Amino acid sequence: MIRTEGLTKQYGRITAVDGIDLEVREGDVYGFLGANGSGKTTTVRMLLGLVLATSGSIEVLGRPMPASGRDVLPQIGSMVEGPAAYPQLSGRTNLALVDASGPGGGRRTRAGRIEDALARVGLDGVDKRPVRAYSLGMRQRLGLAAALLRTPRLLVLDEPTNGLDPQGIREIRRLLLDLNAAGTTVFLSSHLLAEIEQMCTRVGVLDRGRLVLQDELAHLQRPTGRMVVRTPDVAGVLGLFDGQVEGQDGDRLWIRVDDPATLNARLVGAGIRVAELAPEKRTLEEIVLEAAETSGDRR
Amino acid sequence: MIAVELRKLVLSRRTWVTILLIDALPTLVGILLAVTDLGPRPGTGPAFLSAVLTDGTLFPLAALAIVLPLFLPIAVAVTAGDAIAGEAQQGTLRYLLIRPVGRTRLLVAKLVSVMVFVVLTVLVVAATAYVVGVLLLGSEDATTGATSVSGSSLSTQELAGRTMLALAYAMLCMLGVAAIALFLSTVVTTPLAAALGTMGVLVTSTVLLTLDAADVLQPYLPTRYWLSFVDLFRDPILWRDVERGVLLQGVYVVVFLGAAWANFATKDITD
Repeated sequence: MIRTEGLTKQYGRITAVDGIDLEVREGDVYGFLGANGSGKTTTVRMLLGLVLATSGSIEVLGRPMPASGRDVLPQIGSMVEGPAAYPQLSGRTNLALVDASGPGGGRRTRAGRIEDALARVGLDGVDKRPVRAYSLGMRQRLGLAAALLRTPRLLVLDEPTNGLDPQGIREIRRLLLDLNAAGTTVFLSSHLLAEIEQMCTRVGVLDRGRLVLQDELAHLQRPTGRMVVRTPDVAGVLGLFDGQVEGQDGDRLWIRVDDPATLNARLVGAGIRVAELAPEKRTLEEIVLEAAETSGDRR
Repeated sequence: MIAVELRKLVLSRRTWVTILLIDALPTLVGILLAVTDLGPRPGTGPAFLSAVLTDGTLFPLAALAIVLPLFLPIAVAVTAGDAIAGEAQQGTLRYLLIRPVGRTRLLVAKLVSVMVFVVLTVLVVAATAYVVGVLLLGSEDATTGATSVSGSSLSTQELAGRTMLALAYAMLCMLGVAAIALFLSTVVTTPLAAALGTMGVLVTSTVLLTLDAADVLQPYLPTRYWLSFVDLFRDPILWRDVERGVLLQGVYVVVFLGAAWANFATKDITD
């Protein structure tokens, strides 16, 4: 759905995006992670033809961008750096204006599509008040509704849950997952690791303009082959599993074993008191920080 | 896209407030003239104003002569300066471009919308002035036609034709202003800067026109031939300055629209 090769953007002498090779496949929920200023937004803008790349190539929906923008963009729903609307007009009028501005949105179906999109984002009950009077969360929902107006094949969303309350975040998450189940590919850019971790099937991590990691989330979070044991009898465990203990932090030990059940049986057999026993699972945060650190060392 | 821009123009409260404000000045002048009966002597003051005391139907022409040199260019500078920079500041520009609206198409639609605004303003001013003129000012001579600036008499038909020419000329002058403002609107980040920049150009031009030392520059200044539309009401019509004005404005329009297009078509949209 999205493929870039050596995508680079320089502003004067500053390199904002440095030779990245993105690959988003059909059906992915792709999480595009990176700290503020890491080049996420510049990349998203290049994908959509708003910012012109210094070098490298972009393919979206199998067509070169920005050259094929006229054909590609109508099939993409997007939100870039927050929603925007004409403040003096109502939400419905705003959607009607956006829809009428470009191709791919028939006039006869417009009113119906607007009501559908508003209903999907939970704004169907909204009255005629101008967007000026909307709350941050309502504006965010309106921006999403605009992205959904023409049932896009690809959604490119920048911080879609910004400004929403926990209830709203859950609604939007469910909406995006439903859309994905129905066949929409979702490209989600965010600095909120938890959000990406809960929704995405694939992640790409951007650090100072470089793509330092790109992989399936399940693969990144696969079992590490180590168990975490918390015990008051640290010395006993060290004696029992000499050479297999790979790390220690207070009463917490990291032990490399092939079979967790055997480990448990041997601990019980040795009469060692165990407070906690679990397979090690790396959080996305650890993975991202590690990737960023490695790239930092390289420089 | 043009239809969408026109809808935005009509839906915007600023459009109507601006038109109302522009319309208020000639209306005030008309009321003052009617109450005091003190018109400027022929040949002084805004064009045609001396004639309206005897013939109220001439007041639309006088009203336009009041509005054209100052109010209308300011309104055009503000509206055209807002065209791109305003959308950018609101954040709606990026959503228009990824909708997608072609960048050239967007520029053209914005320019058309500005010109429609000018026509709308002129029509409202003329209509109001006609009503004010007929109701409050003198209505003698209404059938025999008006007196030209040269002193001879013009038939109503001639007057109508020449008024149309004068309006077309004024539109071209405003198109020149719009081109400058539209260009600046693609360069700066705030609509205010674009509008002020355009007004700066116009004020500079006006000041230099009064300065003998700027003699060599004067034929090329954008406001140099603005008021030449008065020559259209001489008998016979004095074409020389009008022709130069058309040529000069044409050059301004082509150069600045070209620059606006060249800049906007390849610009990184980062706001």
